[in-house]
Amino acid sequence: MLEIKNVQKSFDDLKVLDGIDLTVEKKDVICILGPSGSGKTTLLRCMNYLTKADAGEMIFDGESFDMNHISKNDIARIRRKTAFVFQNYNLFRNKTALENVTEGLIIARKMPKKEAEEIGMKALTKVGMADRFNYYPHQLSGGQQQRVGIARAIATDPEVILFDEPTSALDPELIGEVLSVIKELAKDGMTMVIVTHEMNFARNVSTKVIFMDRGKIVEEGNPDDFFTSPKNERTQQFLNSFKNRMEG
Amino acid sequence: MNERLMDILISSFGEIFMQGIKITIPLTIISFTLGLILALFTAIVQVANIRILKSLARFYVWIIRGTPLIVQLFVIFYGLPSLGIILDAFPAAILVFSINTGAYASETIRAAIESVPKGQLEAGYCVGMSYVQTMRRIILPQALKTAFPPLSNSLIGLVKDTSLAASITITEMFQVSQRIAARTYETFALYCEVALIYLIFCTVLTKLQTICEKKLQIE
Ligand SMILES: Nc1ncnc2c1ncn2[C@@H]1O[C@H](COP(=O)(O)OP(=O)(O)O)[C@@H](O)[C@H]1O
Ligand SMILES: [Mg+2]
Repeated sequence: MLEIKNVQKSFDDLKVLDGIDLTVEKKDVICILGPSGSGKTTLLRCMNYLTKADAGEMIFDGESFDMNHISKNDIARIRRKTAFVFQNYNLFRNKTALENVTEGLIIARKMPKKEAEEIGMKALTKVGMADRFNYYPHQLSGGQQQRVGIARAIATDPEVILFDEPTSALDPELIGEVLSVIKELAKDGMTMVIVTHEMNFARNVSTKVIFMDRGKIVEEGNPDDFFTSPKNERTQQFLNSFKNRMEG
Repeated sequence: MNERLMDILISSFGEIFMQGIKITIPLTIISFTLGLILALFTAIVQVANIRILKSLARFYVWIIRGTPLIVQLFVIFYGLPSLGIILDAFPAAILVFSINTGAYASETIRAAIESVPKGQLEAGYCVGMSYVQTMRRIILPQALKTAFPPLSNSLIGLVKDTSLAASITITEMFQVSQRIAARTYETFALYCEVALIYLIFCTVLTKLQTICEKKLQIE
C-alpha cells in the first residue's frame, strides 16, 4: 500500500536518515524502536512531508512520488490518506475536543457541519472521550488530550496513521489508557506506523518491529523473533538496557 | 479657591471635554483602527516570510520606531508641502498616528503569533488545512487573545499622544486648554484640569479593558 525507498535526510552536516526502506501493507502495525536521536521522528515527518526529505521515492497506492521534488497538490493528496499523532498532542487550543476533531473535516474537506459532528462524536466515542466533547484542551489531562488527538486522526478516515511516541509525554499512570485505544484500532484493522518506547506494547500489538540506529534500519522482523532473539548487536544492547531498567 | 477661578474651571471643563469628544476620541479611534489593520498586515507578512514584503515591513518598523512621533508629525504636516504635497491637519494627524500605531502594534502582534506553539500549524496541515486556513482559524485567534492587553496599552498611549496634534494646529483638548490658559493666566489650574480629563478618558478605557479581558478569559 505504502512503500518508501532509500530516504535520505541531513540537517546541515548531520546525516539523520541514511537510506531508509520501508514497506507498509494494509492492516500492518509497524512499531519503530531505537535510541533517541536515531531519526525516528524525522522519518515519520518525511513520510507526511512535514519535513522534506533530501532524496527518496514514495509509492502510495501504486503511484510514485519523488520525496524531494513533490508538488503541493501531491502533498495535499498524500496527507488526505494519512494522519499524524504527535508526541505532545498539538491540539488546537482555541477549540473544544469535538471542534478539534471536526475542524479539518469542515474547513479542509468542506463537509457540512452536522455530518462532521456526527463523525466527530463517533471518533470521540471510539477513544472514550464522548462525554468530554465540550472541553477545551487545557481542561483535559495529557492522556485525554492524546485520545482526542487520536480521534482527530481517525476522523479523517486515513489509510495509515503515523504515531510519534504517542505516550512519551504522559505520566506513567496515563499511558495505559492511550495504549489501549491504539490496541483497539489495531483490532479493527487500522494500518499504523508507531514510534514507541513501550516494549510490551510493541511486542503485543505489532505485526512488524523495526529497530533504527543512526539513521539506518539495522534490524526488522516479526515481534517474537525480534524480542526473543535479536540478531544485531546494537539491538541486543538496546533491548537489554530496557530489561535492566524494568528489573530495576 | 476664589469664585473667578471656579467659574473658569467649570466653563472650561465642558469646553475641553467636548473637544475631547469631537477631536481626541475620533482621532484616536480612527487612527487606532487603521493602525491595527496595518499592524496585522505588517506582522503577517513577516511571520509568513513573504520575501519582499517582509523586508519592507522591517524597514517600516525600523524607521517609525527609531524616530520621535512629533518629528513624524512635523515631517508630514510642515515638511511635505515643500514637496508639493499638502495635507490638512486632521488627515495628516490620522496618517501619522496610524502609521505609528501600526509599527508598534505589529511588533506586539508578531510576538503574539510567534508565542503560539508551532505544532498546531503542523497539526492543521496534517488534517488537510492550508497555511492560510490554519492561521485564520487556529493561530491568529490565539495570538490576538495574547496581544489584547499590550494592544490596550497602546490604545491608552495613543489617547495621550494625540495631544501632540496640538503642535500641527489641531484644536484638540490640549490646545483648547492652552488657549484658555493664555487668556485667563490660570495656567496651573488649566493644565491640571486637562490632565484630569485625559485621566478620565484613560480610566474609562482601562475599565473597558478589564471587562474585555475577563470576557476573553472565560471563552
Ligand atoms: N529541524 C532540525 N534541525 C536540525 N537538526 C534536527 C532537526 N530535527 C531533528 N534534528 C536532529 O536529527 C537527529 C534525529 O532526530 P529525531 O528524528 O528527532 O530522532 P528521534 O525521534 O529518533 O529521537 C537528532 O540529532 C536531532 O538533533
Ligand atoms: Mg523523536
